[in-house]
Amino acid sequence: MIRRTALAYALATGALALLTVFAFALGRFPISALELAQLVANKLFGAAYDIAPSAETVVLQVRGPRILAALLVGAALAAAGTAYQGMFRNPLVSPDILGVSAGAALGAVLGIFFSQSALVIQLGAFAGGLAAVGLVYAVGSNVRRHDPILSLILAGIVLGTLLGAMIALLKYLADPYNQLPAITYWLLGSLAAVSPGDLALAAPFALAGLVPLYLLRWRMNLLSLSDDEARALGVPVARLRIAVVCAATLMTAAAVAISGIIGWVGLLIPHAARMLIGPEFSRLLPLSMVLGAAFLLAVDTLARTVAPIEIPPGVLTALIGTPFFLWLFVTARRAWQ
Amino acid sequence: MTRAVLAALLLAAAPALAQREMLDAAGRYVVVPAKVERVYAAGPPASILVYAINPDKLLGWTRALRADEAAFFPDKYARLPELGRLTGRGNTANVEVLLKARPDLVVDVGATAAVFASLADRVQHQTGVPYLLLDGRFEAIPDTLRALGHALGDAAAAERLAEYCERALREVAARVAQVPPEKRPRAYYGRGPQGLQTALGGSINAQVMEFLGARNVAGAARGGLAVVSLEQVLAWDPEVIFTNDPNFYEHVWRDARWGALAAVRAKRVHLAPHLPFGWFDFPPGPNRIIGLYWAGKILYPELFPEDLRAKTAEFYKLFHHRAPSAAQLDQLLGEPGVLPR
Repeated sequence: MIRRTALAYALATGALALLTVFAFALGRFPISALELAQLVANKLFGAAYDIAPSAETVVLQVRGPRILAALLVGAALAAAGTAYQGMFRNPLVSPDILGVSAGAALGAVLGIFFSQSALVIQLGAFAGGLAAVGLVYAVGSNVRRHDPILSLILAGIVLGTLLGAMIALLKYLADPYNQLPAITYWLLGSLAAVSPGDLALAAPFALAGLVPLYLLRWRMNLLSLSDDEARALGVPVARLRIAVVCAATLMTAAAVAISGIIGWVGLLIPHAARMLIGPEFSRLLPLSMVLGAAFLLAVDTLARTVAPIEIPPGVLTALIGTPFFLWLFVTARRAWQ
Repeated sequence: MTRAVLAALLLAAAPALAQREMLDAAGRYVVVPAKVERVYAAGPPASILVYAINPDKLLGWTRALRADEAAFFPDKYARLPELGRLTGRGNTANVEVLLKARPDLVVDVGATAAVFASLADRVQHQTGVPYLLLDGRFEAIPDTLRALGHALGDAAAAERLAEYCERALREVAARVAQVPPEKRPRAYYGRGPQGLQTALGGSINAQVMEFLGARNVAGAARGGLAVVSLEQVLAWDPEVIFTNDPNFYEHVWRDARWGALAAVRAKRVHLAPHLPFGWFDFPPGPNRIIGLYWAGKILYPELFPEDLRAKTAEFYKLFHHRAPSAAQLDQLLGEPGVLPR
């Protein structure tokens, strides 16, 4: 078991490192390996270099932040998915189960509808995501007579549907020439426009969400027991659940605010990680994050390099993710639980 | 082809009987009443053209005009009701609203593909109101104006507008033809709040650029709108950037990443005027003709010596039936390409 875990970690981090190097070397703007090496030497050791300023801008301001954003979004979605799948004791749960994506989408669509700037659209998405989950939690936890997990999920589905209807209404009313395409592209998700500023805005929130998950990593395993059993072991189930929901929501909302809706990662990656090393949360969380980061980086690198126009990452995550997942599903010896 | 259609139209008109049979741009025979007083426009380009020919016959706009748009029209037309759109993206019309407006004729101007022809047939069958589908392509505007003028019984007014458009298109094409291919600027059209939606080759959004002979950096790929990465824009390094988004236009000067582009450093980013109708791509109506002069002056200043204010005033008087005030001209033309307004 230990050896298997170590192997999985070694392979995943190795793949991530390799992918990151590749991602820096690939792109639509022609930058040679030599130029890249010179730039790295200059930034690390202050060595003299001779490359075009526009190439430097591309690496430091455009390609670099985008790579970091792919890593951040991939890791955040995978971590949130891992936490939720553990908490809800269900492998089919994804980070948007409590409406964070639908809320973020409504926030962003409102921003586009009222012709706001890119920054306001992002803040709208972030706030919308938090507000939606807050609402779902308030509704779900006020239903006394039912299983709390079930009430939460039901509240999430119902509010998600309502938010979806509001988005549909805004799309219908939007100016079909200018706003509708912008809305459509936001909902498709993309990292094409990520700037260093976006990253600086999203990273603190994603980290703030990660810290509680990391601190609670041992207790998370106890959430897979029934509430009564967990309580008998002295776990404050309700408070733990709030902490997990807050953490996962913060991470997902921060990610979605800069990337738009990117599906599959939060559902598929935790599942894949679990098939590789089993459900023990403290080991699962880091591996999920590494795999999520690597997967989204690979997808986004393809999205930005294969054609002059961008390919929506949501399309690629499904195209690449589905066969990969099926392969894992068929070959993995380890089942869920 | 369009000439043949026109000839057919004129022939059909010769005996001034109670009704006329017209061949529309989709090849449909439509029986048009002798007197057309009330016209329902199925989409924005149709409403713009009907309004330009005879504003008193337009029953309403597809969407109620916003205050900033309404300021460009005489009050009684600015207040025309919102009737929704039947056709194209985001159709919002209700057939009962159409019937309640009691139109003599429904007009759509745009693509004439089978899907629109079948929509026209269906609505015509359902409502009993003749439905004319006319060609909305840029180059077809003069002939479409004439056909519409004929249907409305306002051939003289339509002819004046058609001649204006024809002359403008011919004049601009002749000027552009003098420019050798290597002298034609490489241009990028950045849409959306991030400026990263662009118009691919052959798309309706790139028509003004293409008509002006600008080399669309995204033109190698054919299609409609698409998202590109900033890195790709940097790799293209366009000489001129057009945009339709005020937020992007404000932002572009302050973003170090866009600042790596020669076009941004040379202040060659230009926000297309959009009131009351966009000058660059949407809605795809005659509004793009004045956009040709605006963008032409940006691309080839020495070939477009005319005063854009006078040109704009003339165009607006002709097509919107109200000459813009000096303040409105300032609002429209500002100082294109010079730092944030």
